[in-house]
Amino acid sequence: MAVVFEPTKGLLDVPTHYCPGCTHGIIHRLVAESLEELGVIDKTIGVAPVGCSVLAYNYFACDMHEAAHGRAPAVATGIKRSLPDSVVFTYQGDGDLAAIGTAEIVHAAARGEKITTIFVNNCIYGMTGGQMAPTTLPGQVTETSPYGRDVKLQGHPIRVSEMLSTLDGAVYVERVSVDSVANVLKAKKAIKKAFELQIEGKGFTFVEVLSICPTNWGLSPRESIKWLQDNMIPYYPLGVKKDITQQEVK
Amino acid sequence: MAKVTFREDRCKGCGHCIAVCPVKIIEFDEKLNLKGYHPAIVKEENMGKCLGCASCARMCPDLVITVEK
Amino acid sequence: MAEKVLMKGNEAIGEAAIQAGCQCFFGYPITPQTEVAAYMSRRMPKIGRVFLQAESEVAAINMVYGAAGSGVRVMTSSSSPGVSLKQEGISYIAGAELPCVIINIVRGGPGLGGIQPAQSDYFQATKGGGHGDYRLVVYAPSSVQEMVDLIQDAFDVADIYRNPVMVMGDGMLGQMMEPVEFKEREAKQLPSKADWAATGLHGRKEHHVINSLFLQPEELEKHNEKLQKKYAEIEKNEVKYEMYNCDGDLDIVLVSYGTVSRICKNVIKMLAKEGLKVGLIRPITLWPFPKKAFEEVVDRTKYGFLSVELSCGQMVEDIELSVKGRKPVNFFGRSGGMVPSPTEIANKVKEIAGGAR
Repeated sequence: MAVVFEPTKGLLDVPTHYCPGCTHGIIHRLVAESLEELGVIDKTIGVAPVGCSVLAYNYFACDMHEAAHGRAPAVATGIKRSLPDSVVFTYQGDGDLAAIGTAEIVHAAARGEKITTIFVNNCIYGMTGGQMAPTTLPGQVTETSPYGRDVKLQGHPIRVSEMLSTLDGAVYVERVSVDSVANVLKAKKAIKKAFELQIEGKGFTFVEVLSICPTNWGLSPRESIKWLQDNMIPYYPLGVKKDITQQEVK
Repeated sequence: MAKVTFREDRCKGCGHCIAVCPVKIIEFDEKLNLKGYHPAIVKEENMGKCLGCASCARMCPDLVITVEK
Repeated sequence: MAEKVLMKGNEAIGEAAIQAGCQCFFGYPITPQTEVAAYMSRRMPKIGRVFLQAESEVAAINMVYGAAGSGVRVMTSSSSPGVSLKQEGISYIAGAELPCVIINIVRGGPGLGGIQPAQSDYFQATKGGGHGDYRLVVYAPSSVQEMVDLIQDAFDVADIYRNPVMVMGDGMLGQMMEPVEFKEREAKQLPSKADWAATGLHGRKEHHVINSLFLQPEELEKHNEKLQKKYAEIEKNEVKYEMYNCDGDLDIVLVSYGTVSRICKNVIKMLAKEGLKVGLIRPITLWPFPKKAFEEVVDRTKYGFLSVELSCGQMVEDIELSVKGRKPVNFFGRSGGMVPSPTEIANKVKEIAGGAR
């Protein structure tokens, strides 16, 4: 018998701290598999955020930096400018990237930094216990929007992929989801492509991954998947938001 | 002929694999693992039905599953 | 010997860093240090190095963190309000034990303050402007030449101790032009960065992690103890100061750093003509503070010490901790960008010493 599927060498063989059913683990795997398949683990440097994935540096087999909250794109800029032949990625959640780190992500994209950002959107602050995030949906109940997010008071969610796709420095922006096997495969393809374009020196690449938070949503892992499909995908439509390689074809 | 192997002590019992298995052969073990979860397993008598599609492994957040075919 | 050239302080800062092997510079415009970034933007690309104007001081210091963690020599530069914004990053850099050089060309505060010279960031620089138990080595040059020399030392000291080093000049020093010589420096034997820098594995077995997070209290305490041991080493080895006119019996000893110390030297000459014997302790490292300089004169100064600052007495506490109550510690300062005249300082000395003889 041949091995059809085995754990990637891009991740260290250690258990993670993530809650049962949390899809961070899937997204970690997709990043690590992409690096492995592209043969670049040896020259990759990752940047972990502050949030649930703060300890990502314990899981990825490549060299890692742990950044301050929201600052990962600036840290990654410093790394890539110092070591231009390396492959550099940031792995950030929605509080980290879309609230406190908005300036850093927008300007890294605008500069066309040759880095890849994996943006995990689960509509909530996970690590601190389920507070409202910039991506929290209208009406969604969180610890700090106990009556549901009222857009009149708390503003509207940010569609980060759409926003970044307006910037000339961003060469590839796609929103994917890990709610089903088919979508996981699509997510993998997007992440791998983002790294390929970085390696080709094209510019800033960005993959937003819709993810679940069973613990803070107060749902079971399976109910969470359904909640993502019913609520998140309609608000955050999946698909390629920008791809200069396609535009070149046109 | 295919085979799935679960590293049961890594399993957090989330059930993503159970939900996506096309031949519905994955179930929770009655026993608890080291972490205190009921881990996902495939009973020996059901292994023959495994397609080796690796859907379970692709949805597993914890790299519990290896698939051979 | 290299030739002397006439240079503006801020531009000399840039050239000194380049000659010290600074590979990356990340800046953001703010008066009165913007010429540092402008100089780097002209020079760095021409020699194949990195200049980048960040979107904020916050981003700039985090770029420094990334570059320092990648094992290259890196510098950033700013002025007071901008350095406040950098404090988060500085704390992380100190926590992760990364070497880098930070320039602060100080202007008046608090808040937006003004853009004229001041020394009111003394507390921030020497007592830890960010969170946590950490220290910066802080150099306070008093001339453009000394600033150039100290910047080159700063890169070495940063590498030796894996610690951020600040070079703090006041706005006057950044804006003035003085002749300066970029001396040929002996190559120092510095510790290798290969055993910690996150450069990509390139065949290495263990991955390197640049990090300041220690969730286990035992581990964080151990890390803090390691840092404290390092700071004790720095206090032992890296103190720098100048003693001027401090021989024999003294009426009073001025304590002053940066450009104000130059005014103090004139005051000392003025007062000598009036029969007063005045010395000067000039701290060159603000941290570690040159406590031992005070031991040398404390028994010989009749009226004690006078701290002369472009701030409201921020250095007085450090002087008191060095003098330990043995002699009085007085204060004279101007703030907000006002610079004291020699006569003002001399009058204060005479007031303390009970008039001229």
